[in-house]
Amino acid sequence: MAIWLRRSRSLAHYLKAEIGFWKVPNQRSFLNPCFFNPENSSSTTLTGENYGNPASFLGNSPTLFGSRRFESIKSGREELDLEYENSGHQNQAMDFPGGRISFTSEMKFISESPRERIPCYRVLDYDGLPIMHSSFVEVSKEEALKMFSSMVTLETMDTILYEAQRQGRISFYLTSIGEEAINIATAAALTPHDVVLPQYREPGVLLWRGFTLQEFSNQCFGNKADYGKGRQMPIHYGSNKHNYFTVSSTIATQIPQAVGAAYSLKMDKKDACVVTYFGDGGTSEGDFHAGLNFAAVMEAPVVYICRNNGWAISTPVSQQFRSDGVVVKGKAYGIQSIRVDGNDALAVYSATRAAREMAITEQKPILIEMLTYRVGHHSTSDDSTKYRPVDEIEHWKTARNPISRFRKWVDKNGWWSDKDESELRVNVRKQLLQAIQVAEKAEKPPISNLFTDVYESLPSNLCEQEELLRESIKRHPQDYPSDVPV
Amino acid sequence: MTVRDALNSALDEEMSADPKVFLMGEEVGEYQGAYKISKGLLEKYGPDRVLDTPITEAGFAGIGVGAAYYGLRPIVEFMTFNFSMQAIDHIINSAAKSNYMSAGQINVPIVFRGPNGAAAGVGAQHSQCYAAWFGACPGLKVLAPYSSEDARGLLKAAIRDPDPVVFLENELLYGESFPISAEALDSSFCLPIGKAKIEREGKDVTITAFSKMVGYALKASEILAKEGISAEVINLRSIRPLDTATINASVRKTNRLVTVEEGFPQHGVGAEICASVIEESFIYLDAPVERIAGADVPMPYAANLERMAVPQHSSFELGFCVVVPTKPNQC
Repeated sequence: MAIWLRRSRSLAHYLKAEIGFWKVPNQRSFLNPCFFNPENSSSTTLTGENYGNPASFLGNSPTLFGSRRFESIKSGREELDLEYENSGHQNQAMDFPGGRISFTSEMKFISESPRERIPCYRVLDYDGLPIMHSSFVEVSKEEALKMFSSMVTLETMDTILYEAQRQGRISFYLTSIGEEAINIATAAALTPHDVVLPQYREPGVLLWRGFTLQEFSNQCFGNKADYGKGRQMPIHYGSNKHNYFTVSSTIATQIPQAVGAAYSLKMDKKDACVVTYFGDGGTSEGDFHAGLNFAAVMEAPVVYICRNNGWAISTPVSQQFRSDGVVVKGKAYGIQSIRVDGNDALAVYSATRAAREMAITEQKPILIEMLTYRVGHHSTSDDSTKYRPVDEIEHWKTARNPISRFRKWVDKNGWWSDKDESELRVNVRKQLLQAIQVAEKAEKPPISNLFTDVYESLPSNLCEQEELLRESIKRHPQDYPSDVPV
Repeated sequence: MTVRDALNSALDEEMSADPKVFLMGEEVGEYQGAYKISKGLLEKYGPDRVLDTPITEAGFAGIGVGAAYYGLRPIVEFMTFNFSMQAIDHIINSAAKSNYMSAGQINVPIVFRGPNGAAAGVGAQHSQCYAAWFGACPGLKVLAPYSSEDARGLLKAAIRDPDPVVFLENELLYGESFPISAEALDSSFCLPIGKAKIEREGKDVTITAFSKMVGYALKASEILAKEGISAEVINLRSIRPLDTATINASVRKTNRLVTVEEGFPQHGVGAEICASVIEESFIYLDAPVERIAGADVPMPYAANLERMAVPQHSSFELGFCVVVPTKPNQC
């Protein structure tokens, strides 16, 4: 009786506190899409304004959510490292399928949210200085300069090809602006033998591996030299010789496919792993669950890299999941995971190197959540100013820019100068404009490419269809585009 | 040899011949296969080549596709093709289209196999025939064996084929025994994909069928023979590519066509055959084409209702009455 009263009093106490909690938009609330940004204390606009942000939505009905959630919040507040008070029972355990479990007579629900979020691994501060006592993998001057110039090249390529779409010269484009560190530093940490299954926002990996600006442009223009033979829309690059699987638009399908490819590597006993990328949105797909679960069971050497950039088109992470981001999901599948500052090239490099080592030597999957921000729109079909504040985008584009942060570190080492910078940018721009001109003028793929590769060898019905098409073209040449070779 | 043993021997021989071939699916290993098709394989080839998977069709289909991307030759078993719905994105958007989208850089030598169509008393979600759905998709090859010889020859061809193959078996045929030639028992035996087989020659009407319905068509043709009607029964064997050449040649000979399938009538395999025949052999037809198909309803469970929902021998008689009106007083 007494115990019951004591608990109910504390319940009432918590109930009052909870209603208060929900009423005040909290900077630290994970309902705020920028909640992994504790420095940003001046951004009351981010929670106050109505951009379809759940914090403002919930702000209108605090009691509804307060009463529904108070029980588990109470357990969260009381919980201290999941230690149970009934020490008398600690040595007793029960056998169940799956292993031995010790039991407790206290009914306690594990909190749905930790008191503190999993911290994020970081090496460089915003001034480009390594943080004291940070452990990281050393990068040589040559490597660092290659990384830096690749990041600049990627940014320039994105800017100019985006413009080309706006001018109507290509049909579609998708940028990686803001995620250059993830693109390049992960690629730098891998070997050319590691197999990459991308989502679609990782052209930097291909760039690092030697895909030229001309090759990128050819794919975007869908011309005769495109390795994809004009079959896919822009940014769907693929190259066997660079060990980079062709981009497929469907989200998260690469996650279980990576396990299959890793299984093949395992059977061959290669000193290589599979690396696959996806965004925060991709983790909602069923394939994410199936793939990670399976990878753990099959002990597949896969490094899973989640680019948590805060947005899945217009869906902020607060509407994508209610967990502490993606890193906590690894544990649920029995996968070692880490959270990294995705805009810190050195941290990204170090973590990826370490993950790769573990995946190969221990033959198991690793999950890396890289926190970053999608500075660009989702694609050329999107205008993100419609659902997020312009100053938020500006902030991440300038103050939190991964390229300038890495530049500061490279500068401090005396490896780079302003003159080098302007030369690089001028050069890349020139090369790119030249590549685009060449790609635009090049012939389109011939008509026979419409029918090949459906199967390994051309079946008779497609032969027939090709014949019919050619006859039709002969009969009505004026209706046929002049720049497409027959 | 039963169809079950035929499939088992085909799997065994292909796995023995090529170390890159491996089998994956629910219950294929320790349980010896949900329908015992993979009996003995785990013991013989070990857990690296016979994988019991968690319950995630999307998961293991995706893994199979990924393994095929990187050089292995997986055989993915669905406990029934009804469950392949949960993996259909991987089958269509990844397996079927990758070779084309990657311009030949990624080919997918994968086989998706399992029982398809109605069994007995398993209800709506375990009885649908997916031949028409997969048959519509370019990039896939779709096979439907009938006899043990079909099962052996077509499965071996499917495993050796560089393109993704959907292999539609039939649960009720697993236990059925068929005579099998010495040639078919040879480990190098293989049937060509895309060629139909004329099971029974005839001159008055052409009947096309696949899988279990071939047996029904043969039985119906015996009954017709007593009436003096000689039916030519074509076992399609291959839904995609469809052997329209053989079908049309037959129709040009007999001038009448009845298509038979267990699946739903709308947009079915029979519809495609009708269209092909009308396009290519219209003037040869003496009567409109007749389709015999399952009822346009989700499969009911009660035995009497289930019987009414799939073609029975009586449906054949009705079909033939329409197509072969030589004895109008019979209908």
